[in-house]
Amino acid sequence: MLAILWKDLRIELRTKETLAALLLLGLLTLVVLSFAFDPTSALREAAAPGVLWMAVIFAGTLGMNRSLLREREADCLQGLLLAPVDRGSIYLAKTAGNFLVMVAAQLVLVPIFVFFFNLPLWLTAVRLTPVVLLGLLGFAAVGTMFAAVSLRTRAREVMLPLLMLPLAAPLIIAGIQASTALMAGQPFADVAHWLNLLVAFDAVFLVVGWMAFEYVVEE
Amino acid sequence: MKSDPIDALLPPATVAAMLAALYLVFVGVPSDAVQGPVQRIFYVHMSMWLATFTSFAIVGLASVLYLHRRSPRWDNLGRAAAELGLLFCTLGLATGCIWGKPIWGTWWTWDPRLTLTLILWMIYAAYLLLRTLAIEPTQGATLAAILGVSGVVDLYLINRAVYWWRGIHPAVIVDRQGNSGLSDPLMRLTLLVCMLAFFLLFLWLLRLRLRAARLQDTVDDLRAELANA
Repeated sequence: MLAILWKDLRIELRTKETLAALLLLGLLTLVVLSFAFDPTSALREAAAPGVLWMAVIFAGTLGMNRSLLREREADCLQGLLLAPVDRGSIYLAKTAGNFLVMVAAQLVLVPIFVFFFNLPLWLTAVRLTPVVLLGLLGFAAVGTMFAAVSLRTRAREVMLPLLMLPLAAPLIIAGIQASTALMAGQPFADVAHWLNLLVAFDAVFLVVGWMAFEYVVEE
Repeated sequence: MKSDPIDALLPPATVAAMLAALYLVFVGVPSDAVQGPVQRIFYVHMSMWLATFTSFAIVGLASVLYLHRRSPRWDNLGRAAAELGLLFCTLGLATGCIWGKPIWGTWWTWDPRLTLTLILWMIYAAYLLLRTLAIEPTQGATLAAILGVSGVVDLYLINRAVYWWRGIHPAVIVDRQGNSGLSDPLMRLTLLVCMLAFFLLFLWLLRLRLRAARLQDTVDDLRAELANA
């Protein structure tokens, strides 16, 4: 499992293509969504966490598609499946890989977000870290599984968001609500239920993915 | 096709219950003191949700069983239930909107229960789309079953969401203080009869859909046999 993760990360480190695409797309989403709000209004500040999450979602969906398409392009998935490893481990490795790439993208995106929306950097970064990490983990868990599912369909680029976004809705809502509350200066105790929901979501979809991946990739 | 006593009994029972429900809703039951006649749609609305949640529970169960047993029977059940669930979910949303316009003053609000129901609707729409877009039909069945299982998780989250988000959706049957919104015993009876009627209708449609799926399978088998001969 670590070998697969290491392989994916090494490809990513050498090419940096997914990371670059994630970053640019995330940045673009931040900018485009800012057009939707009057840049001086109070509305913009209230909408800021939502904008960040939209950037995460759009960029993440694309990155997820890439990670499994890459395996397919040279029939590498076949090789992976022939390897004497549990299918669940392949899933966990892929999820971990996607998670780490998205975290790396966030390390750059969040400061840019802070910069554009004129927010206090350290406060925002420190307070948002647990929410964003939990959100990204759940997103990677659900996305990796359904990227594999959508590979098996005809309209695969359309299929992934169609399958994943409705399922990820509790995660998106919890993420945005928790971020908004935290950035408004509320204590962590006030958002504990949202964090619990995120943890539950992560746990459930990691388990579902780990168990169901075998069925997804079988011929 | 051999006739089943259930198949013989279901249509007349459904028709009888439906007529009784219609009579009670439109004539028998008194109007709500505050909301007026609009409230009568609640009986139908609530019945839609019973059918919707039953069918989505069936989808979840059938999906698990299909992944476990690999019998096309469970796949057929899952698909039939998903189609009906989507139908009743649409009608439930529609009746809710019609009630919401005069009472809430708006067709739609982003109340958590409404939102998550809409999401549920989208999950099962994707479930049916996934089957038609899968490259191979058997694979489509497996993939849809995986989505079906995942959908059950959201069904659970819907339930939690009501209590966590505290939206404006009324808790009619028993509210937080434990009081019932349906004070008149005739209202309770109407609700029960209405739910029974739509549930019977749901069962009837489900059986018809399953029979159609079985016939389709038989036709496919015969066609494959002819092609091989």
